[in-house]
Amino acid sequence: PPAHSRSDWIGPPDQHSNLRPIIFYVPPEESALERRLREARQEAQASNQRFWARHNRAFRQEKEEFIYSRLKAKGLEMRDESGQKATLNAEEMADFYKDFLSKNFKKHLQYNRDWYKRNFRITFLMGQVALVRALRWLRRRKKNVEQ
Amino acid sequence: AGLFVWCLRNTGVRQLPCQFVHLYHVANDKLITFQYFNFLKRMYVTRCNKDLSQRAKPKSHSIVSPFHELQQLDQEKKVVNKISPVSPVHQLWSETSSRNELREMKSAAETEDSVIPVGTQSKEDRQWKEMKLRLDDLPGILARLSKIKLTALVISTASAGFAMAPVPFDLTCFLLASFGTGLASCAANTINQFFEVPFDSNMNRTKNRPLVRGQISPLLAVCFAASCGVPGIALLTLGVNPLTGALGAFNIALYTCCYTPLKRMSIVNTWVGAVVGAIPPIMGWTAATGSLDAGAFLLGGILYSWQFPHFNALSWGLREDYSRGGYCMMSVTHPGLCRRVALRHCLALIGLSTVAPVLDITTWTFPIISLPINLYISYLGFRFYRDADRSSSRKLFFCSLWHLPLLLLVMFTCKKSVLKKEDKGDLPGGSHETAMEIRLP
Repeated sequence: PPAHSRSDWIGPPDQHSNLRPIIFYVPPEESALERRLREARQEAQASNQRFWARHNRAFRQEKEEFIYSRLKAKGLEMRDESGQKATLNAEEMADFYKDFLSKNFKKHLQYNRDWYKRNFRITFLMGQVALVRALRWLRRRKKNVEQ
Repeated sequence: AGLFVWCLRNTGVRQLPCQFVHLYHVANDKLITFQYFNFLKRMYVTRCNKDLSQRAKPKSHSIVSPFHELQQLDQEKKVVNKISPVSPVHQLWSETSSRNELREMKSAAETEDSVIPVGTQSKEDRQWKEMKLRLDDLPGILARLSKIKLTALVISTASAGFAMAPVPFDLTCFLLASFGTGLASCAANTINQFFEVPFDSNMNRTKNRPLVRGQISPLLAVCFAASCGVPGIALLTLGVNPLTGALGAFNIALYTCCYTPLKRMSIVNTWVGAVVGAIPPIMGWTAATGSLDAGAFLLGGILYSWQFPHFNALSWGLREDYSRGGYCMMSVTHPGLCRRVALRHCLALIGLSTVAPVLDITTWTFPIISLPINLYISYLGFRFYRDADRSSSRKLFFCSLWHLPLLLLVMFTCKKSVLKKEDKGDLPGGSHETAMEIRLP
């Protein structure tokens, strides 16, 4: 993002976590409240990034292993004669999906709780910051009108 | 075939990128508009081909969406035409990206049923974007935030409930009820998206939602939801009747606070979701009559049963995304149950249609005329149950899209007229005429 920009910038989805990273703008006269908001957002972003990158990587890996073991059981190789990667059809993959979901169930429950808490907190802070800014702007306008 | 025509119509717009190449300004916000325009074009095309991945609306409303898109394109055209000459570097970039667009659009127009992977990132998708809200983008963003097409479907089911109620038609009440229901639906959909940002980013179907892409801040989204929900429920409570308002508020709570979290905890979410879908027609009925009669529950029951073949068939193709995203859906955890339930409810639709005349809502022509439609969807439900593959699930899903509006339409034409309610031995022709009388205010 350009150096003179005064707003946050959001980028393309990360290749591991599929989340879009945000580069936060730090205003020179940032108040304590605004700093708390920014830090909360940065922390949430980092935590989400960690979770999903690790989770998606595990999914891909376990999927590969599953396909490999199934293909081996059927007596096939990972790549057939034309060099194409051999895949299993949706019905065979269904067992894997079911398994993966149940294995990660507790992890997801924990993450959900975490995410909801963070989301509410960040949005609430945003509300506070917006309110403070609005009051400040009103006060400035009143002062201008009086002058 | 209809989709093909829209794609062709849109290719007329492809002449514009050549003009863009010359009319390109370096200013950031113009860059965003241009990117957004190209993105709109791409979305438009991919939407034509990715029907399965949307909870799309039935045919009668599919006319609305391309016009909506075309309108946006027109607005964008006007904005872009105002900009001044280009710098050579950007010229090159926009040429390659527009060429990609053209190629994509051409291939989409040629192959009707080809699946363009939404994963193919066009150049502008890989850019860093400023997180500033632009007023010209706002209508589009809010439309996507409130899932406007789904909202339109909800409004139409509520209107069906209103129309089927055995009372004289009141236009103001009808409009107030529809508008209030629409606002409530917008609010609920927005809060749903607000809760699900990281999950939506990880699923192909939903990764282009406004909050995921940072086009609007969560605070604004919540404010928008509040500014839709509060007036919507107030309108229903004060302008229609308190019962409808209460149902609306209950439905919002059910959808946002029960269904959305439950999606990640238990397969029960599908049943809760079916109730959410069943409530709008009940709201329409209570708006007209002011009370919860058997008829309201019958209409709700029809919508409730319809949700299962519709959603179970849709979710069959999304199993990988659901599994990775951590969503507890029947199609992943209990596939046999998924198909059984879909079939069961297709058959239930036949039963419910037969009950309608017993409750004096429609004449006996309704179960007779609706039988072929219901049998067809039950047949597809049976095929899905037996074959359990992608093609049968798709067939069932697409059938459900036209089945519902058609069923409601037939129901309305077979509606038992208010005047001749005492006469149970009506000739079908007779009740038809009087039904016509009532329809025209």
